[in-house]
Amino acid sequence: MNKSTSWFNITSLVFGFAFLYVPILILVVYSFNASKLVTVWGGFSTQWYVELVHDQAIIDAAWVTIRVGIISASFATVLGTMAALVLDRYRKFHGRALFSGMVYAPLVMPEVITGLSLLLLFVAIGFDRGFWAVVIAHTTLTMCFVAVVVQSRLVTLDRSLEEAALDLGCPPVKTFFLITLPLILPGVVAGWMLAFTLSLDDLVIASFNTGPGATTLPIKIYSMVRLGVTPEINAISTILISVIAVGVIAASVLSHRSQVEKEKAERAVFLAG
Amino acid sequence: MAERWTQDVKPFLAKWALVAVPYLWSLLFFLAPFLIILKISLSQTAIAMPPYVPVIGSLGDFWAKLSDFTFDNYVFLTEDPLYYSAYLSSLRIALVSTILLLIVGYPIAYGMARAPKSLRNALVMAVILPFWTSFLIRVYAWIGILKPEGLITIALQSLGILGPDEQIHVYNTETAVFIGIVYSYLPFMVLPLYAALEKLDATLLEAAADLGCPPTKSFWVITFPLSLPGVIAGCFLCFIPIVGEFVIPDLLGGSETLMIGKTLWAEFFNNRDWPVSSAVAVVLLIILVVPIVIFQNQQKKA
Repeated sequence: MNKSTSWFNITSLVFGFAFLYVPILILVVYSFNASKLVTVWGGFSTQWYVELVHDQAIIDAAWVTIRVGIISASFATVLGTMAALVLDRYRKFHGRALFSGMVYAPLVMPEVITGLSLLLLFVAIGFDRGFWAVVIAHTTLTMCFVAVVVQSRLVTLDRSLEEAALDLGCPPVKTFFLITLPLILPGVVAGWMLAFTLSLDDLVIASFNTGPGATTLPIKIYSMVRLGVTPEINAISTILISVIAVGVIAASVLSHRSQVEKEKAERAVFLAG
Repeated sequence: MAERWTQDVKPFLAKWALVAVPYLWSLLFFLAPFLIILKISLSQTAIAMPPYVPVIGSLGDFWAKLSDFTFDNYVFLTEDPLYYSAYLSSLRIALVSTILLLIVGYPIAYGMARAPKSLRNALVMAVILPFWTSFLIRVYAWIGILKPEGLITIALQSLGILGPDEQIHVYNTETAVFIGIVYSYLPFMVLPLYAALEKLDATLLEAAADLGCPPTKSFWVITFPLSLPGVIAGCFLCFIPIVGEFVIPDLLGGSETLMIGKTLWAEFFNNRDWPVSSAVAVVLLIILVVPIVIFQNQQKKA
């Protein structure tokens, strides 16, 4: 396998990753451009970041976005983990087909449909558009992603530990919190992070369901982009990209390290035994 | 009694709650909205807030109001060629970009699956990372590159391929939309392909090579057929949302590009015609039901 790392493979990887990363890199570089014209390099400057800090509308939008993200990701993680448990454990019950349909469909459903239909629900039941409408909309969208991530973790889970706990008389709910949850925790944490970034990212669904005082960052960025490319947008984008990149890389390093440590511990136990 | 509670009733209740909570949430916030969208697509437009005449107020006057149902909005969709061509052009753009994604994504996934084991996790991470960064930002990044006075023009001018007064005109065309879609959806195509290719048993290829099968032939006879589950998953994962895509055609396609997501958005936010935008959404949903059901069956098998 290893010797077949041919030139073709290396070339396709280099070009593929260049295609993925060069546009983002350009965006980041031009956020430090002294010139107001995005495409003309006028020297290094951090003035756009300074201007961002003084733009109250953007700071407000960022604050709304973070709150929506944290609340909806937390709801979505609870609901999505429950949905994953149901799909993994209960193979047969009335309406399972409908349930799994409702869990998987939002993954591919065009956002314009999800956004519009939720808005019409809120209008029909007299629920005000705004902060909580966006939270509910994002929870509904992202719980499906959480369910998929957690389910993939559940599939690889060794059920004998749970069975042992149950056999020894541990109640099912306690078994879940003592045994199952710690074992699937990396999946649950990854699910939360995915839900948070999806919420941070969403423009379409938020636009349909937002109201006064609930302008999220993507809605704000979108209205700025409509007016043209400015270095200030590059600066916000760079901040968002770095926050997410650092978070994702840290999480993956942590989970990798805990995996390595676990393997080491297992090996030590094996050798000792 | 108390013993019975902890032994039988409590676990049963816990089990029941575990199913009921996410189930009810999905019913209320995912399924019910579709029934409402259907209902509003059948009501008349009104200049009010909300801007439609309700067809069904409560279940009581359901039958009384049944005569108020109107298919006007759907008839309207067939009368104006705008909608018809927007649906067709969305399907065409989604189909072409899915094929482009497959062509671009396959070699990347293949290269990843053939990379040394120690590198693979890092490569997967590198594919996922752009997916975590904002969709909007990634599309925005291309505006600065593709604009007539943007970076491609500058690069080509400095290489002498373009004259100093010539510009590249890709921005606000369908080509820009294809570039934006392939760029944004690439992780959705690469990851399922990689998952399928990584599982591939290398001894099959070795056996084929030992028996004198040339590498290109063994690719088409062995590798590609075995990666088909990944190909199918990737294609559906891209095709379905692309049909309803809004951000990319709006920011990169200009007025030239017709896509149904854009039409729906304009109908809702600019014309404030909720019944017609609901009808647009219902028809879009009907078009996508078949691919969505196929995708779900695929998911269940996986």
